[in-house]
Amino acid sequence: MLRFLVRRFIGAAITLLIISAITFMLFYAVPRDPARIACGKVCTPETLEVIRHNMGISDPLPVQYWHWLEAIFVGRDYSGFGHCDAPCLGYSFVNREPVLATVWDRFPTTASLAIGSSVVFLIFGIGTGMLAAVKQGKALDKIASSGSLIASSMQIYFVGPVALYFLVYQTHLLDQPSYTPFSENPGAWFNGLLVPWLVLALIWTANYTRMTRSQLVESLTEDYVRTARAKGLSRRNVFFRFAWRGAMGPIVTIFGLDMGVLLGGAMITEKTFSLQGLGMLSVKSVFSNDLPMLLGVMVITAAFVVFSNIIVDACYALIDPRIRLA
Amino acid sequence: MSNTSPLLDVSGLTKHFPIKGGFPIRRTVGHVQAVDGLDFQVSEGESLGLVGESGCGKSTTGRLITRLLEPTGGKVTYRGQDITHADRRGLAPIRSEIQMIFQDPYASLNPRHTVGKIIAGPMEINGINPPGGHEKRVRELLEIVGLNPEHFNRFPHEFSGGQRQRIGVARALALNPKLIVADEPVSALDVSIQAQVVNLLQEVQKELGIAFVFIAHDLAIVRHFSQRVAVMYLGKIVEIADRDDLYDNPRHPYTRALLSAVPEATVDEVPRERIRLVGDVPSPINPPSGCRFRTRCWKATEKCATEAPPLVQASGNKPGHLTACHYPETTDIIPAPRLSKDPEPAV
Amino acid sequence: MTSTDQQPFLSIKDLKVHFSTEDGTVKAVDGLSFDLMRGKTLGIVGESGSGKSVTNLTILGLHNPDSTTVEGSIELDGEELNGASDKTLEKLRGNKMSMIFQDALASLSPYHTIGTQIGEVYRKHTGASKKVARARAIEMLTRVGIPQPDVRVDDYPHQFSGGMRQRAMIAMALVCDPELLIADEPTTALDVTVQAQIMDLLKDLQKEFGTAIIFITHDLGVIADIADDVLVMYGGRCVERGPKEEVLRTPQHPYTWGLLGSMPSLDGPVDVPLNPIPGSPPSLLNPPSGCRFHPRCAFVEKVEGGRCSTERPLLEIVDGRGKACHLTDDQRREFFADLAASKAH
Repeated sequence: MLRFLVRRFIGAAITLLIISAITFMLFYAVPRDPARIACGKVCTPETLEVIRHNMGISDPLPVQYWHWLEAIFVGRDYSGFGHCDAPCLGYSFVNREPVLATVWDRFPTTASLAIGSSVVFLIFGIGTGMLAAVKQGKALDKIASSGSLIASSMQIYFVGPVALYFLVYQTHLLDQPSYTPFSENPGAWFNGLLVPWLVLALIWTANYTRMTRSQLVESLTEDYVRTARAKGLSRRNVFFRFAWRGAMGPIVTIFGLDMGVLLGGAMITEKTFSLQGLGMLSVKSVFSNDLPMLLGVMVITAAFVVFSNIIVDACYALIDPRIRLA
Repeated sequence: MSNTSPLLDVSGLTKHFPIKGGFPIRRTVGHVQAVDGLDFQVSEGESLGLVGESGCGKSTTGRLITRLLEPTGGKVTYRGQDITHADRRGLAPIRSEIQMIFQDPYASLNPRHTVGKIIAGPMEINGINPPGGHEKRVRELLEIVGLNPEHFNRFPHEFSGGQRQRIGVARALALNPKLIVADEPVSALDVSIQAQVVNLLQEVQKELGIAFVFIAHDLAIVRHFSQRVAVMYLGKIVEIADRDDLYDNPRHPYTRALLSAVPEATVDEVPRERIRLVGDVPSPINPPSGCRFRTRCWKATEKCATEAPPLVQASGNKPGHLTACHYPETTDIIPAPRLSKDPEPAV
Repeated sequence: MTSTDQQPFLSIKDLKVHFSTEDGTVKAVDGLSFDLMRGKTLGIVGESGSGKSVTNLTILGLHNPDSTTVEGSIELDGEELNGASDKTLEKLRGNKMSMIFQDALASLSPYHTIGTQIGEVYRKHTGASKKVARARAIEMLTRVGIPQPDVRVDDYPHQFSGGMRQRAMIAMALVCDPELLIADEPTTALDVTVQAQIMDLLKDLQKEFGTAIIFITHDLGVIADIADDVLVMYGGRCVERGPKEEVLRTPQHPYTWGLLGSMPSLDGPVDVPLNPIPGSPPSLLNPPSGCRFHPRCAFVEKVEGGRCSTERPLLEIVDGRGKACHLTDDQRREFFADLAASKAH
């Protein structure tokens, strides 16, 4: 296991290096002056000169990238703006603060959204999927299957406003979406995120229902499930200890990847419910031409995906002893 | 080309599959010695049977001969032409002469193609236009393998397992091959259907004069079909002989054990000789030194561990009967049966 | 001890198993009856679709209750199993009757150790502690000849070789000393030398525990080695049954003749074609009328009035021997003698 982790972390570092390098080159090799872009819309010639100096525009591109990389480990001084402590993922001249500080500020919102909705969609998705698999071919299965088909073809920007209209504005059943840090007021945190969770979960639940059902239908026909029944074990025991065990692997894999994506920010959901998470941050950075910020967010998002991949593989090995990690 | 030179000549044929591993950088840490130094010939129109248990390398051998795999060592000569490392272009003329029939009649036919298209496939690929066109030839072939020629535009799923295997045979015959490698062609079929396909292959062999390498684990079927038989164990040929010599006078202890283990559908007055081998076949990654069979052999001595027995005409063998054993069996001594209850630790 | 003054341990009477599928009703088993005595081995021979595996899954009640209808009687030691509750069957399975399957790799759970899988049967039926069950698992592994059982007990099935997996499967089936063991092609996937080991093991264990065995196979050679009685199935019905010696020496049904004629032997003639049965096994969705074998039978013309295609031949069992065929005894003797002569030449 240790070997596996070491090997995979080395691999992950290389992957992130390549992703950041490519992104960096793409951003800074644009024909327009990157310093001018980074300076933002309100830009005085003096500020531009300072930014130009801070970005080391006169240096060749690889040297610029090297400085950016170096800053992650030793930090970097942006004279006239301030110091960016290690780990420094760059400095946003638009916001006038280090990229990581902004990201760190936004991350709890995104994480709350991702974790909360995944709890909801895992419970409902897997639960419904299990019921559908057990009642295969019966009415319940058909309702679940067609329901999940409808739900998965929905879009957030449609379901979101509809849910807001009915659940919040019309009936006042639930609170207006907002983000309150958990540490400040857990109740407000929960109430404020409930609608986004439910809406986001509705769409994801459908996927998990279908996946759970199909995985279970397949594993229920496995020979070892029949053997377990032939040993005299009860249906319930066989279902959870044998069939579900077999179905779990692929579900964990997909969940891990989904989680990586969700942690990188759900742009449309955040936009729909006006939550200030990583998704909104990247949208805003695009519009304000904040290249350092965009680069930072992209690298962080990539890191989530890469690391959740490693976690998924490790989990898979725990679930299935046939998988050897080496 | 003289008549004495064999159609297929295999010498020192070896295939080692690398195993990747190691830390932190992955590298080759060992080899699966799937096939290790085979020598045999196949003459025109002859059927050579390759028998052995799973993992003995018989299927790999089939794939090496047809060059679906590239050998790691040794030499494969077809009609005097070295094809060991021939590339696509070098193989092109030979591909039409050496054909293969596979075990699984379900997986080896493209379900989206009609039978006509499947059988005509080899002709199209090789740009061969038989007189009267592809369709006429397909109908002829269907007739030869005992299917209704009118069924050329049906799909594989409309046929039973035995009929699909007939389609596989028709495809193999499409280019008038000189050599067919049949890898367990009947083992997926029902007993009553097996016999139909064996009869068909036998007809094809006799009437069209096609040579066969017939790979199977069923010793009775191999005996029925092959004029000469080679017995393989852990990547090596342990014994090769004419059919009657091999089955009536097995000299290698493994051959003898294998024959005695075949259940026969007869009720014997006198119980047949029973040799029960102990344990499992060792791993081909790290095969036993010397004679590879020694770990399960009741005759093994120090010599067997240090010295690999060469495949030679042991004294008392008829010409062409080669045995790789330091202590070949004689017919009159029946080895003491060993209990099957206390197998050695297996890998 | 003669078998007639004993009650059969397992008694199947007029068993019918039908599945409903999208294409129609599959008559997988259609009126099958047989008895099995304690400590005896019944070999069931048949090709794919003969109903041999379905019969045995039904005995254990492992058929899908939603799509399957089971008629007739399955009596185990005087207890009716057809229609018995899940609870009753769960108590019997793995305990009084157990089953081993063909593909041990697929049939053992890849997610649990061999020891857990053997132990849980024992715990389920005896209420033993985990520790006791583990000790019992090691004992069983020793019994079936697994080397270093105290180490291998913690291995997963994929770490075992094919032969050892089948041994582990046998250990699992026998851990509660069942009185009936159903073996569904347990050696088909194995190499001949390993097959011989496994069959010896089963015979030894049967001697020791007095288990009644139903051994399902497509290979008459295996039957010759292990069975006391043979039941030949075709198209969901029994076409012939009897003591092994009689069925193999003087088979009475043309299908059995065909099976024997299809198998090459290690000492028969080689340059003559085999005697295969023409055609393929019937579809059980739409089985042939009358005798289900008649479309493939060479002797249909010999029966007067075309009865083969209109009238189901009845299976009459006299002294444990019988066949379901319209040929007369004289005809049968004549045709079999001809076949035997042509095979020997």
